[in-house]
Amino acid sequence: MLLRRREDLVCQQVVELVSDYLEGALSRSQRKRFEAHLRACPNCSGYLEQMRATIRATGTLQPQDLSPEAREEFTELFLRWRSEEN
Amino acid sequence: MDTDEELLERLRSGDGEAFVTLVARYNGSLLRLARSYVPNDAVAEEAVQDSWVGVVRGVERFEGRSSFKTWLFRIVVNRARSAGAREQRTVPIERAEPAVDPARFDAGGAWAQPVVAWEADADDRMVAATWARCLRDALDGLPERQRAVVILRDVEGLASNDVCEVLGISEGNQRVLLHRGRSRLRSVLEAELAVRGR
Repeated sequence: MLLRRREDLVCQQVVELVSDYLEGALSRSQRKRFEAHLRACPNCSGYLEQMRATIRATGTLQPQDLSPEAREEFTELFLRWRSEEN
Repeated sequence: MDTDEELLERLRSGDGEAFVTLVARYNGSLLRLARSYVPNDAVAEEAVQDSWVGVVRGVERFEGRSSFKTWLFRIVVNRARSAGAREQRTVPIERAEPAVDPARFDAGGAWAQPVVAWEADADDRMVAATWARCLRDALDGLPERQRAVVILRDVEGLASNDVCEVLGISEGNQRVLLHRGRSRLRSVLEAELAVRGR
């Protein structure tokens, strides 16, 4: 998003800059304006916390464990692949 | 717990148990990632199994310039992409959707209604468990490139440069995809809370 200098950010711009902020990809001046907005705006501060909570929640999505059958199958496959290779 | 590198060393000398330990560690993650590119679970399983053959046969050539995990994910993405292309899967068009519905802002671009806090609930283990399914569905429903980036970054915990290497995309592109994917997941969690809160 194109930011005009020396103008305050509005909330609708802030929500599009949240990821760049969390990724440390904002320039120094952009970051200052972003943080100045957050200090004055409880809604956008809340929004940022929701994004952080979303990232944490996504990090808890564990993949399925390997079933005993699949484990056995892979043991056999390994032996077959090895013998085909040699 | 053995490190990936220790298991790889044992795999090089033909240790089948080390191989199965690696499979147990990563197979579920690989299936989830592969599923982004192919039309069904069966094709994803095939692509992942193909990748494990690639690991067994290519382990001698793995030089450890990147981590094993990065190398493994790249193999899977490549195989799943070709499998997806063979299946001629129709890829949903990625539109540049705004992070938040524009109707939520007033004419000046400020929030029209206060942002309702729910993030403390998301960290509550009981509540988080009930949300896990809706979050998983939302993740599955993301366009493929957003889905792959969010899985690699936020589920698997890869660093951004490793994600770029696995997917062959630029840092800037990765950030855009991550932003769209995360914003979408946030809005799904918010909507879920609004339903439950009523």
